[in-house]
Amino acid sequence: MSLGSSAWRALGPLFALALVWGLFAVLSGSDFTSWDNQRLMLLQTAVVGTAAVGATFIIAAGGIDLSVGSTIALGTMVVALLLDAGAGPVMAALGGVATGVCVGAVIGSAVAGRSDVLATVALAGVLFAALRSGIGVGAALGAAVVVLVAGVLVGGRLAPRVVLSPFIVTLGAWGALRGLAKGIGDNQPIYPPSSGLEALMSSANSVLGLPGGVWILLAVAGLGAVVLARTPFGREVLAVGSNARTARLCGVHVPRTLVLVYAGGIGCAGIAAVLQYAFVGMGDPTTAVGYELAVIAAVVIGGASLSGGEGSIRGTLVGALIMTVVANGCVKVGLSNWVQEIVTGAIIVAAVALDRVRAGRATP
Amino acid sequence: MTNQRVTPEPALRLVGVSKHYGPTAALDGVDLEVRFGEVHGLVGENGAGKSTLLGVLAGAVRPDAGAMWIDGVAYAPAGPADGLARGLATVYQELSLAPHLDAAENVSLGRLPRRGPLLDRAAMERTARAALDRLGAADVPLGVPVGRLSAAQRQLVEIARGLASGARVFVFDEPTSSLGRPEAERLLVLMEELRSDGAAVVFVSHALEEVERVCDRVTVLRDGCNAARFERGDFDDEELVRAMAGRELAAFERTRGTALAEVLLHARRSDGRGQALTVRRGEIVGVAGLVGAGRTELLRAYFGLERDPNWVFEGRAASTPRAHWRGHAGSGGAGLVSEDRAHEGLALERPIDENLCLPRLDRATRGFGWLAPGDLRRRATRWIDALGVRGAHDLRAPIRTLSGGNQQKVAVARLLEADSELLLLDEPTRGVDVGAKAEIYRLVAELAAGRDGAAPRGVLVVSSDLGELLALCDRIAVMVGGVLGAARPADELDEHALLLEATAARPRTRTPA
Repeated sequence: MSLGSSAWRALGPLFALALVWGLFAVLSGSDFTSWDNQRLMLLQTAVVGTAAVGATFIIAAGGIDLSVGSTIALGTMVVALLLDAGAGPVMAALGGVATGVCVGAVIGSAVAGRSDVLATVALAGVLFAALRSGIGVGAALGAAVVVLVAGVLVGGRLAPRVVLSPFIVTLGAWGALRGLAKGIGDNQPIYPPSSGLEALMSSANSVLGLPGGVWILLAVAGLGAVVLARTPFGREVLAVGSNARTARLCGVHVPRTLVLVYAGGIGCAGIAAVLQYAFVGMGDPTTAVGYELAVIAAVVIGGASLSGGEGSIRGTLVGALIMTVVANGCVKVGLSNWVQEIVTGAIIVAAVALDRVRAGRATP
Repeated sequence: MTNQRVTPEPALRLVGVSKHYGPTAALDGVDLEVRFGEVHGLVGENGAGKSTLLGVLAGAVRPDAGAMWIDGVAYAPAGPADGLARGLATVYQELSLAPHLDAAENVSLGRLPRRGPLLDRAAMERTARAALDRLGAADVPLGVPVGRLSAAQRQLVEIARGLASGARVFVFDEPTSSLGRPEAERLLVLMEELRSDGAAVVFVSHALEEVERVCDRVTVLRDGCNAARFERGDFDDEELVRAMAGRELAAFERTRGTALAEVLLHARRSDGRGQALTVRRGEIVGVAGLVGAGRTELLRAYFGLERDPNWVFEGRAASTPRAHWRGHAGSGGAGLVSEDRAHEGLALERPIDENLCLPRLDRATRGFGWLAPGDLRRRATRWIDALGVRGAHDLRAPIRTLSGGNQQKVAVARLLEADSELLLLDEPTRGVDVGAKAEIYRLVAELAAGRDGAAPRGVLVVSSDLGELLALCDRIAVMVGGVLGAARPADELDEHALLLEATAARPRTRTPA
């Protein structure tokens, strides 16, 4: 009985993927089933899939991240700015990932009750902006860092602990990070010289038959799957998501766990930002609009519960693939964009409804 | 309402009600008959089918077979609204009020009075006031969100809702389990008043002495079937327990422990009021008191879950705020079993083995810190066998699939897995059936004595069940208004003495000579 239901949970999304793939294979034939198209679909999944691996951790921990799209846009801007300033592609990519990690650490702090970190970061940012033209970029940056460090160190003792819901914090970040992405490029996209990063997301440049970006997605997913399912930390994340008070009773350091989950989870969005940069070839503050919902949809189709305590990386990956297959298949069949959007929406609701029906049967 | 209602028809009649979940029968041909002017007890162990039967009555669960009548008219509810419409009100264990609405709104919810298109607030308050007055609950404020009322007050609001809707059949689902002694007393009197008003009352409870006191007849369920029915004066505790369990239960009789010299906990108030409390290795110490006396707060402050400047702690397992976070406490520390199993004690949707091993997942790792699911299962199995947890066939199943008593055993096992030497037990048998209760007592006594092969442990128990404290503890202290009295040997105490002290204005601070 229970073996059957857990097998259903693991294989259900996979079965749905096979069904959707088979449907389009029948409808559009070799145009859809060609190896080139499979590679293209994997490539199209790379950005959302990578971010969704991180989001699986956040959702499993009982949180949510509405700011993924904005973080990705900010990340592409940071990568472009670094390349423009003469940094190498590796440094630029690391800068993009670090952007995600930093954003995640701040959001995680706010969710874990250190709202003062949020205030300190905002203060440092305003200080930097105000002083930049007056005393020069370097001095202004120094002043901002001093404020930042002092604030984080002192704030924990002085400020009251205010636990904010992740929905609110990341809704705020959704707007603020998009604004920041525009601000650091003076409202313009940035076109740095070609750096080689673009090869990550080009079908023409394959490593062992697949573009580098796909390998990055698979590596991130593999690492995420092992951490979530096979480490004490992963189980603690699930416990925090299922019942944070129980986790606390058992000695799990809940605030620290949350900060790590958001830093790592949104760090994945930073990696996705590098892939997105590679895809579009520029720093674009208006890119990746609406990705947050695609990411959440992938996680939810994959069987995670939005109330936390459940989630699997394999499911998420399959969820992201289902959405790509639908998008790609609709194009191949010649259906308009609006049809594809309706179908995707219906799949999200149907996937969750099916899961609930299954859960309802399993529960007396 | 008329005082005596002469009717040939019973208020409530169920014949052959069955409900299957997959292959398991939650209810198998259950009959029940409740008359007007009667308090009818419904008892049974956890898992006997009481909850399912109440669900069927309220219209929340649809039976597979059987028929029901209210006042002689067939009753086949399609949903919870039908029950209320037919004059059947259920007062749930987990209250079903809207916490953000106030008492007046909750009482009238579903049939809010209107004046034109607008809400008639005055009429609403009149209705609520009238119902609450009849319950002798004039002290329940009308304009305050019910989420901020006490548990007892919320229950009164819920009963008032039934009264205001003109209900004639009241079903109480373990109404006294979350109440302190005086509130529980008041509720029992209220049930008797409802009876003399001519209403029919179904009283579901684990507290057999209460059942014995107020019930005219008692129906006993076991494994989804009718096990027995008793008339008033025809039964006592023992007979009820035998019918519920289907076997003789050995009464719990504890040989008192021997306290060793080592002090595991020493707590005193920072303002010097009252007595200090010590728990030594090898002894079980109880804290009695009314709900709200500050007993739970003492445990939680000691464990570091809340900061409380009122208390100063010393002793081997003494902790500082946040010391429960691993790395500070680690092995040899204190472990707490929460009074609120569903919301704090357990992660209900997570598997049994994970709930059990959560404090020390690092012990089930290999190599570079990879979790070994086999190790996790083995560690959990060891405790599950040692503690006699039943129903845990699949350790990966969510822990909510276990019965309350077995869930509680896992919560205790978790402290053992974490090597806790001081066990802080807050209402350890709340919502646990008689059989499992005795097993938990035996378990705690063995752990204190170190009969499981480990060193003796210290145990601090907070409980509203005075019989439990008297049976289990070596010494008992009473807390009144956040101040502790002297801990006295349980042998010198009885329920009467404890109750007297708990309801006194001030704790007694002098140990009698």
